[in-house]
Amino acid sequence: MRADRTIRGRTGRAETSPPAHQKSVELRLVFPCDKMNVRAALQNTMAGLGAMHLSDDDRSTIELVLAEVLNNVSKHAYRDEPQGLIELHLSQNTSGLRCRVVDRGDPMPGMHLPPGPLPESHCATKDQPEGGFGWYLIHHLSRELNYMRDGNRNMLTFRIETAQVLRKN
Amino acid sequence: MQLNTEIDGDLLIVTVGEDRVDAAVALDFKERMRDLTQDAPARVVLDLGHVRFLDSSGLGAVIGAMKQLGSRRRLELAGLNPAVQKVFRLTRMDSIFVIHDDIASARETRGNPPLDTTRSAHAC
Repeated sequence: MRADRTIRGRTGRAETSPPAHQKSVELRLVFPCDKMNVRAALQNTMAGLGAMHLSDDDRSTIELVLAEVLNNVSKHAYRDEPQGLIELHLSQNTSGLRCRVVDRGDPMPGMHLPPGPLPESHCATKDQPEGGFGWYLIHHLSRELNYMRDGNRNMLTFRIETAQVLRKN
Repeated sequence: MQLNTEIDGDLLIVTVGEDRVDAAVALDFKERMRDLTQDAPARVVLDLGHVRFLDSSGLGAVIGAMKQLGSRRRLELAGLNPAVQKVFRLTRMDSIFVIHDDIASARETRGNPPLDTTRSAHAC
């Protein structure tokens, strides 16, 4: 049986009514792309994932990957303009969390998923990189990362493995 | 963005009073750090003990704050929670900062700490 937990609204206020025999968690949020709404959406998402009984380590990995993906949409696809909507869909499966992020902003450069090399650190303080870590973290912490441009929509899908596995009955 | 400062001898301690250093506050954080550390002594310790979440924008802002201090002063970190520590470890930025377990051990370290008293692993 699948539990359907749907969260919508400006700051993703929860409208949930999990059935009694809940086995898996599913979340859907739609929210404006400005940074404060992204932050609120992340906090609501993490509260919504409470039913997965994740370890602190898994929780922080999920929050970090989602933050990087959502901030990237906000900053690049929607160019820091606050009007665009982001749709986040998460579903728990046997090995972790399946994630889909949809927006109607600019496509990825060259219609491709950006690579994720680790920015090189330097000996001299003044040469240390201050950016470029986001895609590295996304690539490093997710599995089956895939980007698709569908009409005017960007769709990013990936999986985050967790130590806590869903028991199949 | 709440940042509190305290001078302790040759140390300037800056305590982040919020639980998130993320994209929403990264720019503000970097600018506040510039103002607060303008006349700072040679060692500035950033106490991240209250911070539960830091993303790559927050990491970039901490690195930016370090660069703002120039080559004659140093930014050290203290009190990293596991989630924050993970970001520094994965990006290998834990090798460019002196990282103290907590602010008490940062206070105990006077002058230039020998490398073996820290978790820093300078590659240079």
